Amino acid sequence: MSKLEIDFCGVKFRNPTVLASGVLGVTASSLKNVVKNGAGGVTTKSIWLKEHAGHKSPVMFGTDHYFMNAVGLSDAGIEKAEKETFPEYSKGGRPAPIIANIVAGKIADFGKLAERVSKLDPDIIEVNISCPNVEDELGKPFACSVVDAAAVTKLVRSKTKKPVIVKLSPNVSNIGEIAKACAGAGADGFCAINTVGPGMAIDINLRKSILSNRVGGLSGPAIKPVAVRCVYDIYKATGLPIIGTGGILTGEDAIEMMMAGARLVGMGTMVYYREVEGFGKVVSEMEEWCRKNGVKNVEEIVACIS
Amino acid sequence: MKIQTFDTRPVALTIKKIVRENENTNTYVFDYPLGARSGQFVMLWIPGVDEKPFSVAYDNGTEFWLTICRVGPATKELFKLKEGDKVGVRGPFGTNYEFKKGDKVALVAGGYGAAPMYFCAHEAVKAGAEVDFIVGARSEDLLLFTHKVSGLSDVDLHIATDDGSCGFKGYTTQVLEKLFKKKKFNKVCTCGPEIMEKFVGEIAEKHGVDAEISVEKYMKCGFGVCGQCVIDDSGEPICKKGCVMKYSYLKRMPEFGKYHRDAQGKKHNF
Repeated sequence: MSKLEIDFCGVKFRNPTVLASGVLGVTASSLKNVVKNGAGGVTTKSIWLKEHAGHKSPVMFGTDHYFMNAVGLSDAGIEKAEKETFPEYSKGGRPAPIIANIVAGKIADFGKLAERVSKLDPDIIEVNISCPNVEDELGKPFACSVVDAAAVTKLVRSKTKKPVIVKLSPNVSNIGEIAKACAGAGADGFCAINTVGPGMAIDINLRKSILSNRVGGLSGPAIKPVAVRCVYDIYKATGLPIIGTGGILTGEDAIEMMMAGARLVGMGTMVYYREVEGFGKVVSEMEEWCRKNGVKNVEEIVACIS
Repeated sequence: MKIQTFDTRPVALTIKKIVRENENTNTYVFDYPLGARSGQFVMLWIPGVDEKPFSVAYDNGTEFWLTICRVGPATKELFKLKEGDKVGVRGPFGTNYEFKKGDKVALVAGGYGAAPMYFCAHEAVKAGAEVDFIVGARSEDLLLFTHKVSGLSDVDLHIATDDGSCGFKGYTTQVLEKLFKKKKFNKVCTCGPEIMEKFVGEIAEKHGVDAEISVEKYMKCGFGVCGQCVIDDSGEPICKKGCVMKYSYLKRMPEFGKYHRDAQGKKHNF
């Protein structure tokens, strides 16, 4: 048996797979079901200070090669996380670590959120400054500016003792520079990447963009090479722990991402292609790969190409 | 590891025909080999407006129907469309009802649940089952599909209205209780308000039948990814593990018959 258990920012994960934010994260029971199906950890859907509507449908669709979404970060607000999601997820003991993903339109709100969400005792706080689906409302994501990314990180860092990881955007000219700035502002690690683009797809018979938001983030198999490269760049720039996410569907994909520098691998769109049971399948495939290749502890392969 | 892939982009379809069912309900007819089984649903995209889930009311392999009640902003816009206009359709999605020869089936339909239950009746008869179709509404003018159901052979139609303006004065569940006293059903299927469905499940269980229930939740993706329609406490998405689910499963769900969630995931009691 190869050891898949791995430590991330001082938190122990039974295996390196983590549910990425935005997928199957509306309720505590949904998160628990993902753990039941094999995930080593889960990330909540992005939590806002107040209720946030999200976009009208269609908000997502998939093809053989890529997936697109513009859900628009719908959420009932932090009150729901306080009253429902965290207490229910924690009832009878947490089945796996939970990462609280927070999002805001104003830098100051990230501070307020970090303070409140810390009281819920999340294992890690993930700061979402990189959603490409809400630009009409919020402008360019903070993750696209060295200054803004560092400012958000610094504020969140000052409001919590929990490990803070920053979710970065691939849609920048130098992701390593952004990561370095966040590391300098106190980030403990990163999650990368958020969706690519935004992209656009048009139904030529209806002469309308398919997503109601017109544009949406690209995910799925097509973006894996971009994600692997970004993780490699971030690792090289900072050496900090990374949740590598983007286009991972199989155990082999997960191994590749870890070789680029990820300690954990995030999966969201994988659920579209393999259903929620895919978590367990990916874990088995990782285990099998490690066994066949004489890897006793999965940690050995992290950033092994660097 | 090779992964089987698939496409869920909408297909643009022309509305072939619009049939007025009652003041607030239309049936939209499409020429398209959707291949839906009874109980399945599609996501209907009204371009520039919104996309919503609807049960399939009929599918013969070359043509399918969606029977839609005007209840909110999206359906209000849909009702402005005319024959020849185009919409987008994704699906079919979800689980379905199955029937076999010799089945003794009770179908219990409440309100606009009559449309998908009609599709069930059609499929059950085709499979060689005996069908009792119980349909209920608040009053006679809100009854749906009764003429279509009575046109099917091997189907006994039972009507219940709250105000007694047509058929039995009372609820569909009371009719089901009465029928169970006379007949031995081996299959009970239902679609309608969740509270009614819960009672149907209880009654069927009392008579040793595990009812199959169409569950309705707020849906966005239709394929088990967005997590909007997950049910407490199993946390499973209804669009993927349902919509047709067994009562023996649903009765263990504290959410069933008690509350539902909106587009932001906030709870609302029934």
